[in-house]
Amino acid sequence: MAAALSAAALLLGCCGAALASGVQDQAEQFFRSGHTNNWAVLVCTSRFWFNYRHVANTLSVYRSVKRLGIPDSHIVLMLADDMACNPRNPKPATVFSHKNMELNVYGDDVEVDYRSYEVTVENFLRVLTGRIPPSTPRSKRLLSDDRSNILIYMTGHGGNGFLKFQDSEEITNVELADAFEQMWQKRRYNELLFIIDTCQGASMYERFYSPNIMALASSQVGEDSLSHQPDLGIGVHLMDRYTFYVLEFLEEIHPASQTNMNDLFQVCPKSLCVSTPGHRTDLFQRDPQNVLITDFFGSVRKVEITTETISLDRDLAGFENELPKDELATEPLKYADQLPVAQIIHQKPKQKDWHPPGGFILGLWALIIMVFFKTYGIKHMKHIF
Amino acid sequence: AVPVSVVFTPGSVPADLPRQLPYRDVREEPVPVGCKTPTGRRCPRSLPELLWVAPGFLARWQSQPRSRPSPPRLPQGTNVYVGKHRSALVRAGQGLAALRARLQQLTRVMSFTASSIAAALADRVPDGQLGPDARRHLKSSLGYEITFSLLNPDPKSHDVDWDIEGAVNRYVQPVLDKLSVVANFSVDSQILYYAVLGVTPRFDKESSSFLLSAHSLPHVINPVEARLGSSAASLYPVLNFLLYVPERSHSPLYIQDKDGAPVPTNAFHSPRWGGIMIYNIEAPASPQASLPLHVDVDMVRVMEVFLAQLRLLFGISREELPPEFQVESPGNEGLADWELDRLLWAHTVENIATVATTLTSLAQLLDQISNIVIKDDVASEVYRAVASVQDAMAELAEGRLRSAFQASKEAVTSSERAFFDPSLLHLLYFPDDQKFAIYIPLFLPMAVPILLSLAKILREARQRKKEPTKMD
Repeated sequence: MAAALSAAALLLGCCGAALASGVQDQAEQFFRSGHTNNWAVLVCTSRFWFNYRHVANTLSVYRSVKRLGIPDSHIVLMLADDMACNPRNPKPATVFSHKNMELNVYGDDVEVDYRSYEVTVENFLRVLTGRIPPSTPRSKRLLSDDRSNILIYMTGHGGNGFLKFQDSEEITNVELADAFEQMWQKRRYNELLFIIDTCQGASMYERFYSPNIMALASSQVGEDSLSHQPDLGIGVHLMDRYTFYVLEFLEEIHPASQTNMNDLFQVCPKSLCVSTPGHRTDLFQRDPQNVLITDFFGSVRKVEITTETISLDRDLAGFENELPKDELATEPLKYADQLPVAQIIHQKPKQKDWHPPGGFILGLWALIIMVFFKTYGIKHMKHIF
Repeated sequence: AVPVSVVFTPGSVPADLPRQLPYRDVREEPVPVGCKTPTGRRCPRSLPELLWVAPGFLARWQSQPRSRPSPPRLPQGTNVYVGKHRSALVRAGQGLAALRARLQQLTRVMSFTASSIAAALADRVPDGQLGPDARRHLKSSLGYEITFSLLNPDPKSHDVDWDIEGAVNRYVQPVLDKLSVVANFSVDSQILYYAVLGVTPRFDKESSSFLLSAHSLPHVINPVEARLGSSAASLYPVLNFLLYVPERSHSPLYIQDKDGAPVPTNAFHSPRWGGIMIYNIEAPASPQASLPLHVDVDMVRVMEVFLAQLRLLFGISREELPPEFQVESPGNEGLADWELDRLLWAHTVENIATVATTLTSLAQLLDQISNIVIKDDVASEVYRAVASVQDAMAELAEGRLRSAFQASKEAVTSSERAFFDPSLLHLLYFPDDQKFAIYIPLFLPMAVPILLSLAKILREARQRKKEPTKMD
């Protein structure tokens, strides 16, 4: 890791001299995107061992995004199942993305924020819209603002208009579009890049209607996304094709690269992917030609040189006389006082209360009973009651 | 409105003053915020109309009583000297028109301008004119967390000691106390060892120093950020101020700006994130000095830069000053009273716009999804937000800035609590074809015998009606 970093730094260093003339242009281009920070929400929605490839997909994107500079505090990683420590994994604590076990994407510093059964449609929508219970830790929140570029990557099993979560529930494209609209209303993003790698993935971005969203999908409606290759040692397919080629593409990107989105759209043509990847840019205000890959996958900050200072009076000892604030006698706060324990304990369970049958059901049964007795005669009543 | 009081010193009253002193003059100068410009672009409907006509200034002209001592002279070439307590000395011009023009310039410097209001509203108002740079000041928030970090990548060579607590108490705390009207501030500090920058600096033979060029600066921050621990901090926005002591092998290290000249402050900052300053240690006098060298950081020099960066991050600093203006240095307080007022104006306007759009989008959401249940506390938060924002706008119109700001803060808190209430999550979307697909297989087979029996009953009833006389 240190070797790679210094190699990258050396590369940057020797590029620095050559780029001295292009600095002016670069500075101009640099300010073209209006974002100041980057976030990433990476979701894997399938569980079970045979869906190893979905976890590997998500972890590959996680690895690229971290390598290009987005810190863990700005990544929300949701993995629906644990492959690295799965009892069926012949190589525990690893998740490989290339056959012959070349690349272990489950490195030393993977931080999973939502794991296993916490990956639900509800939690995903809560993360996106920000309607999170106050007791949620900071690492599980998406604290983006109006200057954040967000990358959302989802993978799993999907169909025409829906994406399956945990084999028990699904999220529809309309719900996703509404969630993005909620985010836009609250200005929780500056620009959003949505990548989905599922069967019929293009159906998931059909319904978006909020501005500044760019979407990529691995397959069109009616097509299946296929997996890449099985590994005979592990016994499952390791990656999906689309994400495999996206990962190969991203490995070439370094934080200072100028590759733009049009190159990402060309990744994985039909000859390699068998399905036809699609993309949608009509809601996006800038031209994809001007959008750098690092605008979403990396975290290249805008900096300004500080040219002014203020002048401080060096020997101002007057403020030492103030009583330091922590000398005031305060009782130590008890744990119970700080948490809304009463609220948490007495939370009503979420299942629906029993309602008496509504008008429709009552009417239906009344109709059925009336017809029965009319048809077969009232004399059957005494046999029943 | 912004009340302005103009006091004439004896002998400086312009000759063409129309009226006898003292008198009042109300000058309405609407400050357009970008909507309803001459091209006819519309504001988003959610913004209250009132914001378009921002109040102008009303001037009160009076003369100074003769008993006061004569005022100080302005230096040559300066026509306006802006003090730090909301007052300014203006050189009396040739006539009333020139004086008025200077006063207008002055109010623009000391109070808000169209561009500063538009920048505050930048994310609500569709803009074409403002570039992406305009929105780089920190957003208005209830609190901020400031973290000072000392990065020592080479502890074997440098044993760096910084009296951060003393420096914070002496230099930072006065500034934060003055800013405490705006938000709650909390300060912490840390020392990180073996934290390297992401970029290798180049060695420059002419100055025999190491240089970091301007375009490699953006890549410096990322490798460090992961170790800063900002995720453990509070939910408020975090401002990081890093002091980097370069390694012995890379000393001295200077930052180069775009033209290749070394930057005097040796510091740079990133909007909405914080700032980094590089602190060079002089090489020891004798090369055989024992390592590690003990270094005591000169906190005044450091804090001068950090506080200047803090001002830039908040947008307090004034970039374009008219040429004849001179501004008094605010000293240890960090910012002048009128700069604080400008910040409060911008934040109040931003808060009001935020509340307006939040409540509007909440109303739209509830219109769309008819079966969401609104809890009582959500409803009361909404009412409170509406009342507070109306208060805030009324106070702003009167010019009472502090109370307007407090009201706008309450409005924002209430509206955010209402909008982000966890109970408002609407999950169930049933498209119409799914509804058919579920209910038809259930009810259709059941309905067939019922409908047939109904038809039989109706037929019998009709037949019985047709032959009433058959009864004997």
